[in-house]
Amino acid sequence: MNDETMTYDYSVVRLFALSTIVLGVFGMMIGVLIASQMAWPVLNFDTPWLSFGRLRPLHTNTVIFGFGGSALFATSYYVVQRTCHTRLFAPALAKFTFYGWMLVIACAAITLPLGYTSSKEYAELEWPIDILLTIVWLSYAVVFFGTIAKRRVSHIYVANWFFGSFILTVAMLHVVNSAALPVSFLKSYSVYSGVQDAMVQWWYGHNAVGFFLTAGFLGIMYYFIPKQAGRPVYSYRLSVVHFWSLSFTYIWAGPHHLHYTALPDWTQSLGMAFSLILLAPSWGGMINGVMTLSGAWGKLRTDPILKFLIVSVSFYGMSTFEGPMMAIKTVNALSHYTDWTIGHVHSGALGWVAMVSIGAMYFLIPKLFNTKIYSEKLIETHFWIATIGIVLYITSMWISGIMQGLMWRAINSDGTLTYSFVESVQAMHPFYIIRTGGGALFLMGMFIMAYNIVKTVMQGKSVPAVIPEPQVAH
Amino acid sequence: MSDFTSGFWSWFISAIAGGGIIWLIYMLVSTNKMDAEEDHGVPTEHVWDEDLQELNNPLPRWWVAMFYMSIFFAVVYLILYPGMGTFKGLLNWTSIKEYQIEMDAADAEFGPLFAQFSETPIPELAGNKAAMHAGGRLFATYCAICHGSDARGAPGFPNLRDSDWLYGRSPEQIETSILYGRAGFMPSWEVPLGGSEGVNEVASYVMKLAGRNVDENLATAGKARFDIFCVGCHMPDGTGNQALGAPNLTDNVWLYGGSPRAIKDVIAKGRSGKMPAHKDFLGEAKVRILAAYIYSLSHESDVE
Repeated sequence: MNDETMTYDYSVVRLFALSTIVLGVFGMMIGVLIASQMAWPVLNFDTPWLSFGRLRPLHTNTVIFGFGGSALFATSYYVVQRTCHTRLFAPALAKFTFYGWMLVIACAAITLPLGYTSSKEYAELEWPIDILLTIVWLSYAVVFFGTIAKRRVSHIYVANWFFGSFILTVAMLHVVNSAALPVSFLKSYSVYSGVQDAMVQWWYGHNAVGFFLTAGFLGIMYYFIPKQAGRPVYSYRLSVVHFWSLSFTYIWAGPHHLHYTALPDWTQSLGMAFSLILLAPSWGGMINGVMTLSGAWGKLRTDPILKFLIVSVSFYGMSTFEGPMMAIKTVNALSHYTDWTIGHVHSGALGWVAMVSIGAMYFLIPKLFNTKIYSEKLIETHFWIATIGIVLYITSMWISGIMQGLMWRAINSDGTLTYSFVESVQAMHPFYIIRTGGGALFLMGMFIMAYNIVKTVMQGKSVPAVIPEPQVAH
Repeated sequence: MSDFTSGFWSWFISAIAGGGIIWLIYMLVSTNKMDAEEDHGVPTEHVWDEDLQELNNPLPRWWVAMFYMSIFFAVVYLILYPGMGTFKGLLNWTSIKEYQIEMDAADAEFGPLFAQFSETPIPELAGNKAAMHAGGRLFATYCAICHGSDARGAPGFPNLRDSDWLYGRSPEQIETSILYGRAGFMPSWEVPLGGSEGVNEVASYVMKLAGRNVDENLATAGKARFDIFCVGCHMPDGTGNQALGAPNLTDNVWLYGGSPRAIKDVIAKGRSGKMPAHKDFLGEAKVRILAAYIYSLSHESDVE
């Protein structure tokens, strides 16, 4: 055995950890810009590539795939090595996934503002970029499952189940939904048509949430919460049941994005029924995360990283209660097409996905650079600013969305609509401003984090980490 | 019409949906059975990454209860409503029926309110407060998106408060415009006029017709072309033709903008305007009230 095989490969983890911060700041900056455009349309500057319609997909792509994706790559490469007690499989391929992924994000940042889009939500990238993404993703699968295959412990740790199901399912979702007929280098048409296209799109769209933004981040939760809390996972049994039920049930939930549309009634019913069942599997993850802290609650007072992690799981529980509720057809009749949806997405995206990623990065980055965090105090500041930002964001969107839905359906005694569309837009204006403020606070937190991380990296250095011998199972 | 290309798919869907639910129940039951008191709070034998362990606590009972309840709800729902393939559900519910029931109820409640005005002449209706309130709301819902909340139009969409009417401002003409829609068409004249020079000349003459100061030489050259190409629709004196929806060019009101550049653009490229028909969509009773409302806007001084 040479030195190489006796240490963990952190090089690609470092790259992805840093790109998490950079793309987080970038993606959320665009988010604050487009939120401002909603409040003050003049900020579109009459310039096509600066307009809301083009920047909105860039925002979603950068935060979901750039920020969230980088966090998932970084943590999964770290966790899979540490919990398998082995060095990363095919490190060169792992490096390729980093540069390939960054190339995908760079292509998104160029093509989306120029107006090249497949028009599928969260899958806007045109076919050449889709193919690149597929190649990168398959390489990711090879590295991840290759590392699992050469593990030196018999049992696969629960975090890896979630990372594994996320990698497999996202591959399937991406390939099926992005299947298209190219007509030129940057233009293609979906191979599906009409309502089938809509159904495939939301089968993808909802499971991008279910597997990219949920299963993957549950993998993060299952490693970083027990590690940071210094406590064992609450219940192995619960993790088994909620893993399989979550993976099975999520796949059915897509039709709730198409309630009261041309989608056949039976499809809508199944989507709603399984969306409701999904509440329990989702909460299984929340229980396991929060209850892992039992016996160590006191740490929550003093440990800002744990605050990020536990609050993220709480937001996860809240959004996964709200989601099934919004999937009920009669509730959906009010909430659909309103800002309530935007609020729901952001309670998941900011509260759960971003908070758990941020907590994991504060844990991870000092370890990768063999040092301590530059300032605990700044983490605490970041935590409070981010939390206040999220609360402003989602409460303003709840009020705005429910008001919008009620205004749309209000009728006069003669049966005519009480409000015209533009009157509902006017009523939403103050809430757009509050939302922008909430988003700006969250972004400010990211700047504080970036500063803290830069200082941390500068004071540390990359030292190879030796792989400890696995403890033999009794 | 069936949503399935063959009977197989109905069974396929029902089997994996039903089988999936049964599997969820089996998993809950069997995992609960495995529970043993002595396991509670005790870590399993596995250790990862030096200190990662798992306890083997039981599934929280309230959580299991919640899980069963959601499964129970889903099963009942899928028995009552369509979901399991071609099975229609015991309630025989469809979204189209629900829509029709609600629409019928609304028609039964509100239909008479509108029908009572169907014999009233439009100018008289324009003075009826209740009718005009309804008309204002209908306008805000269906018309304002193009014609503006104040009905003063936008480029390409006529101002409804002035006296310049493409298809006429009589009550019958307004009602016809809403009921059946209108399609205005002006062809592209760049080629017939011999390029931008010809366009420029005609534009100058058109602006002269509207009483604006122009280069007289250009306008004279433009008149010669106007008399060949434009008079068919816009009439020799440029006052237009309401039968065709050809605008009056002498009143200095411009549907697509009055700047020299906008006028040249219209001549060079042509325009195609479309007002959709509302007869089937809104019904004649509501259209009549809308017509009266719009009539009142364009005759504000006469009504008051």
